[in-house]
Amino acid sequence: MHIQIKKFYYGDIPEENTGGSGNTEKHTNELSWPLWEVFIRSKQGLDHKHAGSLRAADAEMAVENARDVYTRRQEGVSIWVVESKHVHASNPDDAEMFYEPASDKIYRHPTFYDLPDELKHM
Amino acid sequence: MSVIDLEKAFQDKIDKEIKIEPKDWMPEAYRKTNLRQISQHAHSEIVGMLPEGNWISRAPSLKRKAILIAKVQDEAGHGLYLYSAAETLGTSRDQMVEDLNSGKAKYSSIFNYPTLTWADMGAVGWLVDGAAILNQVMLCRTSYGPYARAMVRICKEESFHQRQGFESLLVLSKGSQAQRDMCQDAINRWWWPSLMMFGPKDSESTNSDQSIKWKIKRKTNDELRQQFVDMIVEQVKLLGMTLPDPNLKWNEARKHYDFGEINWEEFWNVVKGNGPCNKQRLAARNKAHDEGAWVRAAALAYAEKRKNRLKTKAA
Ligand SMILES: [Fe+2]
Ligand SMILES: [Fe+2]
Repeated sequence: MHIQIKKFYYGDIPEENTGGSGNTEKHTNELSWPLWEVFIRSKQGLDHKHAGSLRAADAEMAVENARDVYTRRQEGVSIWVVESKHVHASNPDDAEMFYEPASDKIYRHPTFYDLPDELKHM
Repeated sequence: MSVIDLEKAFQDKIDKEIKIEPKDWMPEAYRKTNLRQISQHAHSEIVGMLPEGNWISRAPSLKRKAILIAKVQDEAGHGLYLYSAAETLGTSRDQMVEDLNSGKAKYSSIFNYPTLTWADMGAVGWLVDGAAILNQVMLCRTSYGPYARAMVRICKEESFHQRQGFESLLVLSKGSQAQRDMCQDAINRWWWPSLMMFGPKDSESTNSDQSIKWKIKRKTNDELRQQFVDMIVEQVKLLGMTLPDPNLKWNEARKHYDFGEINWEEFWNVVKGNGPCNKQRLAARNKAHDEGAWVRAAALAYAEKRKNRLKTKAA
């Protein structure tokens, strides 16, 4: 399938219409700042939740940038940052196999148990 | 699975409104389109800081200055959320910045217009952010997960942008004759470029609606533009100002406002790089990037040094 999107939508200017210089030769040898994942606790008592990612030279800068970027409106009371390369993830291609064992264990759910209506507080 | 099967499974997911995540299989064109669109969007947020940054030092009061700084800072954040979303598609932020600075990548043409008076800050917030919000609200439901999540975050922050713009014009509209003239002049200059933000007319293109099939987009350019016109025509009344289009009138049959023809020659000219400020904007981005090089290098060197010091301490 060789689909190429040539339609010009709001916010998506197709390549052939750009008329830009197309000059990408100017490759800098600059080293990149590493990528960090940001987790924010929005309120005391709640889990830290993934908020997004950012680039920073080190952990301290990552925490400061995360504050500036993700908590400008008091969205957080605590921040974790983890360098993205340290995150190990399950593989979505294996999802079916990987999560399958859980699907036939319906007895793990409270609704599996048929109990008389008279039984209270359970 | 064969590619055909994968494509079918992919479209099934889209049809069932299941979001696509970075590690999921996706057609190459889907990846490329999202990458192009998200990075263009990111660049627009970044370049979009320039016309407003122009007025920070000249804002008429401390209150307006603080508001403007907060808005411009938000736009920087929006750029960052979007660069991060684009990075999940397998390109680096450095590459995207390089493509912007070299002129290869595009950003919204609206930012190639100059901000001549203080009233432009109001008009930009009201009209330009207003137009952008319609697109962004739609994109909160886009099929690519990281893009949709970035949009939700952005939309939460955008509503203040539009409101502060309108309020700032409202103040001018109640001011002296000179202030009212300035307000009307800004609306006159920003109205048509704002309509152009929505892109070419739907009838212009014979290309297929693949982006809609993949639910990257959910509304066409004309649908969004009409929504914008209907909204603004009502709002401008509260300012006691007018929109510079003699053909604007309510169409009872369509239940929408009709409006005049956009100057498409101007539109294509600005897209192709010949707008009033294209060169200035790129020059400003390049200057900032080049002058910041030593800061980026120094931060890395410092991080490296500290890491080594910790290592020797531990040894
Ligand atoms: Fe924005
Ligand atoms: Fe904005």
